[in-house]
Amino acid sequence: MTTGRLPMGGAAIDRARSIAFTFDDVQYTGFAGDTLASALLANGIAVVARSIYHDRPRGVMTAGPEEPNALVQVVWPSGISEPMVNAATAPLVAGMRVRSLTGQGRLETPDDGARFDAVYAHVEVLVIGAGAAGRSACAEARAADPDARVLVLDRDPAAFGDGIQGNTTATGVYDHDYVIAVQQHPVAGTEGRLWRIRAGRVVLATGATERGIAFADNDRPGIMLAGAAATYIRRYAVGPGERAVVFTNNDTTGDVVAALTQVGVEVAAVVDVRRGEVVVGTDGDSEGRLAAVRIARRDGGQGTVVADLLLVSGGWNPNVALWTHARGTLRFDERIAAFVADRPGPTTPMTAVGAAAGEITDLGEIAPMWIVPPPDAEDADGADAWSTHYVDPGRDATVAGLRQALGAGLESIEHVKRYTTIGTGIEQGRTGGVIASAIAASLLGQEVGAVGVPTFRPPLVPVSFAQVAGRDRGALSDPIRVTAIHPWHLERAAVFEDVGQWRRPRYFPIDRETMDQAVLRECAVARTSVAVMDASTLGKIDIQGPDAGILLDRIYTNTFSMLKVGSCRYGLMCRPDGMVFDDGVTSRLTDDRFHMTTTTGNAAAVLDHLEEWLQTEWPELRVRCTSVTEQWSTLAVVGPRSREVVAAIAPGLDVTNDAFPFMTWRDAVIASVAGRVFRISFSGELAFELNVPTPHGLMVWEAVMAAGAPLGITPYGTEAMHVLRGEKGYPIIGQETDGTVTPQDLGMDGLVSKKKSFVGGRSHRRPDAIRPNRKQLVGLLPIDPEALLPEGAQLVPLDADLATTPVPMLGHVTSSYRSAALGRTFALALIKGGRARLGERVLAPLADGSIIEAVITSSVAFDPENRRRDGEPV
Amino acid sequence: MLLIPCPHCGPRNETEFDYGGQAGVAYPVDPDSPSDAEWAEYLFLRDNPRGRWRERWVHSAGCRRWFDIERDTFTNEFGPVARPVAGR
Repeated sequence: MTTGRLPMGGAAIDRARSIAFTFDDVQYTGFAGDTLASALLANGIAVVARSIYHDRPRGVMTAGPEEPNALVQVVWPSGISEPMVNAATAPLVAGMRVRSLTGQGRLETPDDGARFDAVYAHVEVLVIGAGAAGRSACAEARAADPDARVLVLDRDPAAFGDGIQGNTTATGVYDHDYVIAVQQHPVAGTEGRLWRIRAGRVVLATGATERGIAFADNDRPGIMLAGAAATYIRRYAVGPGERAVVFTNNDTTGDVVAALTQVGVEVAAVVDVRRGEVVVGTDGDSEGRLAAVRIARRDGGQGTVVADLLLVSGGWNPNVALWTHARGTLRFDERIAAFVADRPGPTTPMTAVGAAAGEITDLGEIAPMWIVPPPDAEDADGADAWSTHYVDPGRDATVAGLRQALGAGLESIEHVKRYTTIGTGIEQGRTGGVIASAIAASLLGQEVGAVGVPTFRPPLVPVSFAQVAGRDRGALSDPIRVTAIHPWHLERAAVFEDVGQWRRPRYFPIDRETMDQAVLRECAVARTSVAVMDASTLGKIDIQGPDAGILLDRIYTNTFSMLKVGSCRYGLMCRPDGMVFDDGVTSRLTDDRFHMTTTTGNAAAVLDHLEEWLQTEWPELRVRCTSVTEQWSTLAVVGPRSREVVAAIAPGLDVTNDAFPFMTWRDAVIASVAGRVFRISFSGELAFELNVPTPHGLMVWEAVMAAGAPLGITPYGTEAMHVLRGEKGYPIIGQETDGTVTPQDLGMDGLVSKKKSFVGGRSHRRPDAIRPNRKQLVGLLPIDPEALLPEGAQLVPLDADLATTPVPMLGHVTSSYRSAALGRTFALALIKGGRARLGERVLAPLADGSIIEAVITSSVAFDPENRRRDGEPV
Repeated sequence: MLLIPCPHCGPRNETEFDYGGQAGVAYPVDPDSPSDAEWAEYLFLRDNPRGRWRERWVHSAGCRRWFDIERDTFTNEFGPVARPVAGR
């Protein structure tokens, strides 16, 4: 018996340590050091999968990452289920549960809890491959420079030694000597590491991969690459069969025959291409496993040899994928009938050594052989004649498919790859790629070297998203920012929404209120009494220097250099193309200092914008900009009775309308904390924005709530803020605007200076900016006061023929709410030539087939005289 | 992952930088003088060569300084000298 575990030998296994696992629910055992594939073969399991499209039985064909067949689903002892695991490289682990697949795995969707790490390495020399050539290159590098950091990677878990990382596969080479490698289970509790390596130079000692030959029925279980059989015998003490045929075109199989003979496998025939002999096909048993090999000889002789093992060697391909990742070129080397590294790529210094450089030990004189015609030669042009000549068994891609691709007129091997999918599976063209090229070359009447091989692309071995992400998941990837007042919001059971990275209260429900109910209540309180919002997330930039006013004049569409100390001004800023980029209120603190506010989501972008212009265009301006967003807590105290609350907590501040008018700011002691109060309003109500240093934000908030309690003060969230500003027609940058909207489109012509030059100003005179049918901001009132227009709804003319597509569109809804103050729904919209259409009716045909009719109005739906905002009696 | 030679901080990973496109496209001294066509060219049209050109980077997650540098768009090889500040 030479099928299964041999009684002696096995360099990689530890017979003292038995390992239990299941395959398709049957219990088996292997030894520590086994791969899953060696353990399956040791248990006599010949069929490990069925093929993806043709449903053919398949067995282990290789002993490495080039394996096209033995791809399985593994549930690891941790409970993590991993699809498409290569049995030929996966370690045997006690308790692993393995299921066979049909070419496709199942990705488990719940978070599997897998934890990966990242390692950053900077080395002078990176050697990929710890075989003889790699170890020699490592020793040379160390001898040349004892201080050089030399790192050696090898995919073999058993590789060890000084500076060698075993179980680690380089999977891609990128620009500027950047190499990514994946390491499995380097330490307990870690699923693996992703190595990110910058290398001064790279030595490829990646060896070579054996390739097969395309003959009929060359995919049966029992057919293996010749070298793989020697590996299973010597490393794992696994006998792959009883009676073998060896099909070769080179001398490397001499060693394989020796290995077989040594353990007692009967070698029934060595079919050597160089003697004019070929394997033309195979026969299978009832389960499709190899039963016999059909042989043809140059003299016309034919024969059938009974065998359960067919070992094939069509030559060896140097592993040059990483060379081509770095954009090195390849050339076809007739001496070994394979592609070898030619010219290195433009940036990464790289050399190939050993088998990777084409030095295949004991290859001898190779007789190139890629394809053997079907046994029945007269039928060679028949549709099915080539349909079991597998080139890439992992993709069920055959010579028939190749012939079809070439027959369709494809000539580039890149196109052929995509048409046939050869090399797109896990084996990534390691074995099938060159065969496909050679067959294409013969059919096209070209040289193999001229046809080339499809470009190898990273990743060379599969890498999970979790491994790429490492610890950069969740809040470590996208942090959650909260304000100083956040604990109060949590206590009060606010419902939150994420605004950029900020987590902001959206509304504060009482009892079982819905969002609509809570927002209506919060808005009503803000318009009738007093309400407070945590506006700390507002972007804040401290702008200092004698030229600060000049900078702001150039950045904003309106003028700030003439602003008085103690005053505030609303400003719009545009990009050079004239489109609105951000808005906010900026206040003059001293002659040479301004306090700028930006939208919450755009704070970083506005700072970048200011710094870019200062550094690259106006370096002569003496100005410095610093983000102070997180230094200040901002509380908006809003409503007709807000003055009473502010007076109570800032007793030293004169809050009368005459002493502290709209659009001014004052230093003040607020709840015993030195801060600033701004009389600005994003709600259209009388409002005060309190700014206090962040450490005091929560205390001041509580003081505001206490002072406002007798008045029924209510906290409100972003949703009520949106409604309140919507009633006033104040745009939100990024909601009413989308990068194609000018200040004029928003009806803010009055904020655009005609006298000075500012970023974007020239663009407002471009023909496109002044054409009459631009979309303009208007209001919409649905005819049915209960009908709520969906935001984003497209608007069409009242007389539009909805049956004939495309229906000409007038514009779209940008914001839409229920209003407590109006007692009805309302919306904002961008409509072509909208301001000339006030009073016209439009239709919003909705996805559900219903249609909402609305009348176009001014964008300001509430208090158009601004009496409330200005603090006048209402 | 490009390795970008910041003139202030030395070679750093690309993820620390933001890109600024073609260098040397200066904001007109008098932005009101260009014709519509000239202005559109300033706003929207850039070279797109295969080979060497100058481009702008800002070391956003480092010193926050803009600089421009030559790069070969085919090989990604950077030129030796980065200028700390230059036109937009």
